[in-house]
Amino acid sequence: MKLLTLNFLTCAIKTCKTSPSSFPLHPQDSELEIVEADINVLFLRNMLPRLMWNELRLIVNELGLPSLPETAPDASSLLETKLQVPEGDTTGLNIEKIEVPSQVAKDLHRVLLETCIREGKLVCGNCGHEYKVMEGVANFLLPGHLV
Amino acid sequence: MSRPENTLPPDLFYNDTEALKYTTSSRIQKIQSSMTHRALQLLQLKSPSLLLDIGCGSGLSGEILSAPSSAGTPGGPHIWIGLDISSSMLGIALEKEVEGDLFLADAGQGVPFRAGTFDAAISISAIQWLCNAESSSESASGRLSRFFNGLYASLRRGGRAVCQFYPKNDTQKTMVSSAAVRAGFGAGLLEDDPGTKNAKTYLVLTVGGGELDG
Ligand SMILES: [Zn+2]
Repeated sequence: MKLLTLNFLTCAIKTCKTSPSSFPLHPQDSELEIVEADINVLFLRNMLPRLMWNELRLIVNELGLPSLPETAPDASSLLETKLQVPEGDTTGLNIEKIEVPSQVAKDLHRVLLETCIREGKLVCGNCGHEYKVMEGVANFLLPGHLV
Repeated sequence: MSRPENTLPPDLFYNDTEALKYTTSSRIQKIQSSMTHRALQLLQLKSPSLLLDIGCGSGLSGEILSAPSSAGTPGGPHIWIGLDISSSMLGIALEKEVEGDLFLADAGQGVPFRAGTFDAAISISAIQWLCNAESSSESASGRLSRFFNGLYASLRRGGRAVCQFYPKNDTQKTMVSSAAVRAGFGAGLLEDDPGTKNAKTYLVLTVGGGELDG
């Protein structure tokens, strides 16, 4: 499960819906893995306004990963201009400007989309319910009386 | 052939053998793929989005959602999160190493994401399962209302959902679409090839209050 997903996931139990402490769920006994994926700056830009940055920072700390900056990056910082010589140009005279993902975008992509919880559990800060994660799949099936 | 959802709940019906049969049948794959493309066309996504796939199964639709726009996925590639009640189906999705995050979850118990999470949602051949209650403690209407209320809240304003499903009859069709309307959705039923054995029903749902800019 990507950390992106964890930034949107809440406790499924009805009585927790209205409690602010049911988000974010807290990972415990986690085994993390990096699953490489193509960077998609348009997607990152789409997601930025929807991220709960403080909660993301909190989870990153709970997982023992390097701390994130205090504030979310600005959408304009996701791309940077690079100068390059077009392919096949041997003269080196026709330098062109291209937009490439910045280091900020690469770091964000790494934490949100490539850092995954493979095994462990997610614990609700309100009711204490534990959701198991196995092979990256979280079990959110609830016993009938908790629905 | 008896309809599977009349005999067993999906977590029992899609056991390992059924799940494998479902996923390897090229006829089913082809139908599933064409219905996913139809749903995507109705969603009108214009840029890479965060999607929910309800009843994602072995990830047949998900593979299309993960494809770039150059491969025929409008606005793609999208990032998706899939829910399914069948662990056998999810097991196949894991083996295929699909790109979406997978959840073992019953959509009839709700949608556990915070408000405004998704740009859009898609569901192919799944929500008719919500119409059968699996125990005396829950009703079909309770399951439908928990699902649609949860889905409505989890979509951003201006978001959309398209659910292709196989209603057993007109009563069930009405029961499903009116549950969606009660949850707050603008809802329309679209039928492709009506009156034929290839008839497909799509429930097209909109959330008001924002621009659908993908
Ligand atoms: Zn809880």
